[in-house]
Amino acid sequence: MTKLTPVLSAHWDEKDSHTLAGYQRHGGYNSVKKALAMDPDAVIQTVKDSGLRGRGGAGFPTGNKWGFIPQGDNKDHYLVVNADESEPGTCKDTPLLLANPHVLVEGVIIASYAIRAKHAFIYIRGEVTHVTRRLLQAIDDAYKAGFLGKNILGTGFDLELTLHIGAGAYICGEETALLDSLEGFRGQPRLRPPFPAIAGLYARPTVVNNVESIASVPAIIEKGAEWFASLGTEKSKGFTLYSLSGHVNNPGQFEAPLGITLRELLDLAGGIRTGHTLKFWTPGGSSTPIFTDAHLDTPLDYESVSAAGSMLGTKALQIFDETTCVLRAVLRWTEFYKHESCGKCTPCREGTWWLVQILRDLENGKGSEADLAKLLDLCDNLLGRSFCALGDGAASPIMSSIKYFRDEYLAHLTHGGCPFDPVASTLFASSKVGA
Amino acid sequence: MSLTPTPNQFDENFLSRLDAIIARYPRSRSAIMPMLHLVQARDGYVTPEGIEVIAEKLDLTTAEVHAVASFYTQYRKTPAGEYHVGVCTNTLCAIMGGDEIFAGLENHLGIENNERTADGKVSLEHIECNAACDYAPVVMVNWEFFDNQTVASAKTLVDDLRAGKKPAPTRGPNSVPTFKEASEVLAGFNDGRANEGVQAGEPTLLGLKIAKGERK
Ligand SMILES: Cc1cc2nc3c(=O)[nH]c(=O)nc-3n(C[C@H](O)[C@H](O)[C@H](O)COP(=O)(O)O)c2cc1C
Ligand code: SF4
Ligand code: FES
Repeated sequence: MTKLTPVLSAHWDEKDSHTLAGYQRHGGYNSVKKALAMDPDAVIQTVKDSGLRGRGGAGFPTGNKWGFIPQGDNKDHYLVVNADESEPGTCKDTPLLLANPHVLVEGVIIASYAIRAKHAFIYIRGEVTHVTRRLLQAIDDAYKAGFLGKNILGTGFDLELTLHIGAGAYICGEETALLDSLEGFRGQPRLRPPFPAIAGLYARPTVVNNVESIASVPAIIEKGAEWFASLGTEKSKGFTLYSLSGHVNNPGQFEAPLGITLRELLDLAGGIRTGHTLKFWTPGGSSTPIFTDAHLDTPLDYESVSAAGSMLGTKALQIFDETTCVLRAVLRWTEFYKHESCGKCTPCREGTWWLVQILRDLENGKGSEADLAKLLDLCDNLLGRSFCALGDGAASPIMSSIKYFRDEYLAHLTHGGCPFDPVASTLFASSKVGA
Repeated sequence: MSLTPTPNQFDENFLSRLDAIIARYPRSRSAIMPMLHLVQARDGYVTPEGIEVIAEKLDLTTAEVHAVASFYTQYRKTPAGEYHVGVCTNTLCAIMGGDEIFAGLENHLGIENNERTADGKVSLEHIECNAACDYAPVVMVNWEFFDNQTVASAKTLVDDLRAGKKPAPTRGPNSVPTFKEASEVLAGFNDGRANEGVQAGEPTLLGLKIAKGERK
């Protein structure tokens, strides 16, 4: 018996799953009809009761976020969907939107109705041309079918939906940087409070939610909060997309109840690539502290992963086997954070620069054991002291890898450089895909 | 050289598209990013004339427009090749072979990061995680997916691009668009090709197929 629960992914294997016809064949847009017949507050209550938590990384309860929007304030409200998906390892929203953009559009209509927004935006990263096409087409088709625009389905509810396309900046996934970017500025995080629910886009009450969060709403409306809450764990309810990549025989997307373990997922992915063993992995993208084979049975829900010292994040499970140099992996992530640091605060702007220098030296066998203390010191200065969570993310891989693989750092010093053969880690070294 | 655009420098179609972008937003300044993509659709990079016309349309200074353009890596200071090739060298792809692919292409094309071949056909860049890690190692051409690449397949890919063969992305339209054509889509203009190509690749479908008993 499989634990898998395809809901979002249920019809992705149909050739036209991305079209309006393909979506409506399986009841697509019926949840809009149902929701628009409800009181908006009842829609918010349903999402609260379902226990749905944000799938963008932080796991904040979605219904509560919607409930923070002040009502009767005579201001414009906005819904902004975060489709920036750029956290290294994260690859769930992109295939979801390629296979079924309409489920997001349907979720947007329901969420906007609930929070009384008349204009919604989807902010998608700029590096996915075909996904952009699919969303543009889905939005066009939804307007033509009367699901967007004026007086939707004769209910008197009006909604405009605009696709906003980014231009290559990881930091724009941070919700307040995203709002600045959408307003036409450099994408740098804002001081909070005020939170977006009070002063978000154009200083108006705004909900920012991840693609998967909003795409989960139509099923909750259709099947009910109790159905959703019956899946998953006590505090991490429902199903979600787990993305396995790297050194597994069959990487891919697995939609399962929260709380499944890596051991179970590896089983579905055909195991670690043949002839190799698990070394380390990220539970939720590069910003979440790494795990090792000691964590194979940690339930992948918000609480259990936190208790084990990491974060569920985006459920991006990047798997690395024993051929992989942990220092090489960590240095590359650190170079990423340095490149993507927006420069607003000193601990991150300067800190990531220094971290890269020290790690590069260590990789080349230069330095001493004291450099590990220096790295940890710099991380200490980042973690909790940077202006936004990008800085925390930059510290995570370094601190966790030194915790589990201190000896491997030192081996670079005794070996006078990296003791690993990079070719042994490649897909071609064990290729099924062919040279 | 005067940077002030004269009306005939920008054709009517281009100018009306700028207006169409502004009309998407409650406040005009929000239009700046798609406008910059549209400038790249016209010129292949962010040109001084492009900055000028955006500033004029949005009632901003050119310095303000420039400050935004320079923040985002996709807005180019120099012309892209007709085919802009990005090799993912973020950790996961790098380790799965992205580093070897990038080095192989530098060697094969005789250019380095952020350079363009003399024929103007191909520019090369190492890129960050492109949300396709389950298809690693990944190469993007004009931001279309070429999944599960090897050094050899990537070399064939750029040879085909230079020969004008317009190969089909793994998950994308039936043939790869030019940089300018892709930039128009990124400016938010539907090119009518959304229904081309697959809805999903095998890794995307793996969990579903196992759940349905179609795969182990
Ligand atoms: C550096 C950084 C990058 C982020 N990138 C994304 C992203 O690409 N997509 C996303 O949904 N959330 C991202 N987030 C989290 C958002 O700030 C925000 O928490 C999320 O969009 C809220 O949606 P949710 O409650 O539905 O999860 C990022 C956060 C940080 C600090
Ligand atoms: S932590 Fe980094 S990305 Fe965040 S505000 Fe500071 S400099 Fe910018
Ligand atoms: S690391 Fe290359 S696509 Fe994610």
